[in-house]
Amino acid sequence: MAGITGKDAILTEYAEQLARGADAPKGRSLSRDALRRLLRNRAAMVSIFVLVAIVVIAFVAPAFMPWQPRQVDWSAFRSPPNADTLHYLGTDQNGRDLLARLLQGTQMSIIVAIVATFVSVTIGILYGAIAGYMGGRVDAIMMRFVDMMYALPYILFVIILVVIFGRKPILLFIGIGAIEWLTMARIVRGQTLSLKEKEFVEAARASGVRPLSIILRHIVPNLTGPVVIYATLTIPEIIITESFLSYLGLGVQEPQTSLGTLISDGAGVFEVMPWLLVPPAVVLVLMLLALTYIGDGLRDALDPKDR
Amino acid sequence: MKLTPIITATAVAVALAAGTAAAQAQTLRTFNGGEPASLDPHRVSGDWENRIVGDYIEGLMTEDENAEPILGQAESYVISEDGLTYTFTIRGDAVWSDGTPVTAQDFDFAFRRLLDPATAADYAYLQYPILNAEAINGGTMEMDELGVRVIDDKTIEFTLERPTPYFIDALTHYTAYPVPRHVLEEFGDAWIQPANIVGNGPYNIVEWIPNSYIRAVRSDTYYDAANVAIAEVYYYSMDDITAALQRYRAGEFDILTDFPTDQYQLLLDQYPGQAHVAPFLGLYYYVIQHNMDGLNQVEVRTAMSMAINRDVIGPQILGTGELPAYGWVPPGTANYDYEGYEPDWVALPYEERVAQAVAMMEAAGYSASNRLTLELKYNTNDNHRRIAVAIAAMWEPLHIDVELVNAEVAVHYDQLQNNDFAGVGRAGWLMDYNDAINMLELLRSDIIYNYGRWNNPEFDQLVRDSANITDMDARSELLRAAEVIAMEDVAAFPIYYYVSKNVVSPRVQGFNDNAKDIHRTRWLTLTE
Amino acid sequence: MLQYAIRRILGALPIAFITITVCFIIMRAAPGGPFDGERPLPPVVLANVRAYYHLDKSLIEQYFIYVGGVLRGDFGPSMSSYDHSVSELLAIGLPYTLTLGFSAFVIATFIGIVAGMVAAVNQNRWPDYLLVLVVMIGVIIPNFLMASILQLVFGVYLQWLPAGGWRAGEITSLVLPVTVLAWPHAARISRLMRGSMIEVLGTNYIRTARSKGIGQRLILARHAIKPALIPVVSYLGPGLSYLLTGSLVVEQVFGLPGIGRYFINAALNRDYGLVLGTTILYVILILILNLIVDMIYAWLDPKVRYR
Repeated sequence: MAGITGKDAILTEYAEQLARGADAPKGRSLSRDALRRLLRNRAAMVSIFVLVAIVVIAFVAPAFMPWQPRQVDWSAFRSPPNADTLHYLGTDQNGRDLLARLLQGTQMSIIVAIVATFVSVTIGILYGAIAGYMGGRVDAIMMRFVDMMYALPYILFVIILVVIFGRKPILLFIGIGAIEWLTMARIVRGQTLSLKEKEFVEAARASGVRPLSIILRHIVPNLTGPVVIYATLTIPEIIITESFLSYLGLGVQEPQTSLGTLISDGAGVFEVMPWLLVPPAVVLVLMLLALTYIGDGLRDALDPKDR
Repeated sequence: MKLTPIITATAVAVALAAGTAAAQAQTLRTFNGGEPASLDPHRVSGDWENRIVGDYIEGLMTEDENAEPILGQAESYVISEDGLTYTFTIRGDAVWSDGTPVTAQDFDFAFRRLLDPATAADYAYLQYPILNAEAINGGTMEMDELGVRVIDDKTIEFTLERPTPYFIDALTHYTAYPVPRHVLEEFGDAWIQPANIVGNGPYNIVEWIPNSYIRAVRSDTYYDAANVAIAEVYYYSMDDITAALQRYRAGEFDILTDFPTDQYQLLLDQYPGQAHVAPFLGLYYYVIQHNMDGLNQVEVRTAMSMAINRDVIGPQILGTGELPAYGWVPPGTANYDYEGYEPDWVALPYEERVAQAVAMMEAAGYSASNRLTLELKYNTNDNHRRIAVAIAAMWEPLHIDVELVNAEVAVHYDQLQNNDFAGVGRAGWLMDYNDAINMLELLRSDIIYNYGRWNNPEFDQLVRDSANITDMDARSELLRAAEVIAMEDVAAFPIYYYVSKNVVSPRVQGFNDNAKDIHRTRWLTLTE
Repeated sequence: MLQYAIRRILGALPIAFITITVCFIIMRAAPGGPFDGERPLPPVVLANVRAYYHLDKSLIEQYFIYVGGVLRGDFGPSMSSYDHSVSELLAIGLPYTLTLGFSAFVIATFIGIVAGMVAAVNQNRWPDYLLVLVVMIGVIIPNFLMASILQLVFGVYLQWLPAGGWRAGEITSLVLPVTVLAWPHAARISRLMRGSMIEVLGTNYIRTARSKGIGQRLILARHAIKPALIPVVSYLGPGLSYLLTGSLVVEQVFGLPGIGRYFINAALNRDYGLVLGTTILYVILILILNLIVDMIYAWLDPKVRYR
């Protein structure tokens, strides 16, 4: 255990890190410094612009559309894009306007991504940090529980959620979010395991700080990097999981739709009706690429060690 | 003497090489849809299983190249005057693939096994025309009472409950196939393993990789082996039919037993003549919850039926041109000399029909402010979903709000059977044997397939009466009267008559489209 | 360490047991049964079938019958495949899934780590952006879409590779499925690797090493790779299980006979025996893999304690 010299060394190291800003509880908000660095990152700025544009269009444009998502044009089934009939992106096999459906689906995918990511990141951080910090038996039990959850065929959970509570999109995505937290928890736990061996945490513990505040004040802020990366990885994951569920017929249900559903419907027909696949795929790719560059930019900006 | 093994080995190698080359030329690769649950004829229940089982086992009757019943293992049969007794003589050269003769005892054994409650055969009810079969299968009567009797090794006699015009047709079904008694007695349930399996049909099963393929080769012991052209068959199982079509296009399959409707145009354009779409004995329909307010009124049901624009569904929404259905019995059904039933309003232009339908709904008390809300349940599938979306849109002008509910097959049918749906539900029926009664029985009030609980004593009586009539014309009249009653009362919404959808490579000859969609491999040939 | 491993293995037994129990209960709680199909069975026949599978007994009795069987190594009958027992099906399917999964895993992990390193070293320069782009395609495009595009291009149009199936001894039939499966996995690993590598390159001791004039390559090989691998390794366990379950789509599209296909089909068809059997198999695999991951963890970061 740390004697006087040891404590001294710990304090010296801690002061050094504080001076570098590495371990100060800085991650909760974007410091002005970090913001400046983010603004200098061109890829991230373009991405933010693209993402904001997609979000705004998805939520505002439907009010100005000539066709409604549920409206059937009985004279235009499977029509390719046609400006005369105001079907700018064509129609599907049910005679519905694809542009209207695309906006509806984009909206749904954004909502899905936000809800599910928020749920999964929150549960994952808390769970992983607690397990990693507590260590010992608590950690063992908590992580065995995660192993168990991993080992369960989660599609069953989704089926049950969906069947018992009805196929309501929000429920479905809280369900997905509640499943996606597992990996987050493991990564956070891993990071915490090494972080808690760091001297500043031991110092805090030695000076009698309660475990929960140590976790919140010292460990969580230091997880910003992995969390930001993980969140940017989780959003595409959730959208993809949703499309996978759509592929099995368990995703967003009619008359609602999502990018994943549109893509899974379009995938089988892209030789005969490419207009059903290309627009939703382009929107999805743009959105996910933008999210990635934003994630990278944020990470770089937030990481003071990079200076 | 050391030379001998080498020589033998060389000879074998040469023979094998020659064999593979010949097999290459005469191998049929069929995409067969789902994975077979079993190859035991008493356990199977799907058309994909039938394709395999019917190639390795043959009943007393079998199908010809147009799927009409012809003599199979039987060389002749006699029907008694009263139509109650059928006596079959089994071919002298009918043998199992291990050389054991096929006997009347094998058939007797098979029917007893089928109807034994312990076997739990899904489709046992198809042989209920046989005297006491139903009671025995239900466990309320001893097996000894079964109307099947062995006269001698090659003669077997069936006694029926009542004259059944479709009995010969029912004997082509796999529930009437024999099983090799001697093999079952030796191996028990393991008789079906490729190592043990023995059949009496044109092919023998030699390999089974679950979820991949089953391989069969031509049987030398089959009585007509000389006229069986294709030497080897692969039956591939895959769940994704779009992917299966790609493999066909890559030249990996010769026959597809289904294809995605959206690709029909592509097939017509790029693979002319290879897509086979033909009428199929079956009906796609929506059941109606008759215990629900609103739907219990015939005016409401009629209005809803009128508003379904069936002309759009086949050609536009599905794209494969399924025929609109207004009646219950598919056209072309045997023992039934009638066209498909059509109500008077079919002749009206669609706009007119909708206008009338709206008026009827309003007369029934519905309006923009008092809308009828109902569920539309369907099992998860692209085509079902599209039709549901379209019909929901068609009903919207009638002041009806439709909530679409989908579930996987197991849940969907569980709910339908328990009458657990507040509105309408998607269902379909492929006929088990070619007779109108097979369709009409679905609406009998005492049968579980009547999901919507439509109840009409007059209809029930007509269907019951038809069972005891030997005069075919009179019987057909009774059945037609029953169909008209059901359709006038809108017992359910018929939507379209099924079509069979196959894709057949130009390599394959002898693939004749037919209403049963049965194409036994023995009738096919391959050209290079 | 050995003691730790033995304890973990012993600890795994109750988890496997709990998983079986939970899964058993969930399966039975889900609506619909194994014999509800397109063709409902007549009540008499249904009763016969149910008796055959002991479904007429009470849940408790069924549970004990099942657990008793599992203890004897008998996973019981499959309800959707009469001719094969669950053990037989799993024995046939497992080698295919494992071959597919492990080839994809090894290839993806290697490519992912290398790509992540290259991107980190060239942070915010063109190799970084290019790699991010290539890698993101793997995450962004849903695997069923990727599978059908590759199948169409290489199988149908170019006819370079088989469009499906698994011909014994033919490595060509593995190329497309492995690519589809490995791509997203490699993408996730390279993202994690890039992030943690950048972090490591910013730490004091690397700066110190640099200031001492040690060359870039030597720094990477000696000091940077090992610590940077920590988050990657903590992802490998879950990543592999994700790969195994994720192979479902690939098995489906390419018509491969692996257990991934059983898994979902069995759940949808309520084939209780097969769902439980597959689950137990996955549980065992995942528990073993996580143990291995934890061991590697300890090797990478000696400060992590095992108590």
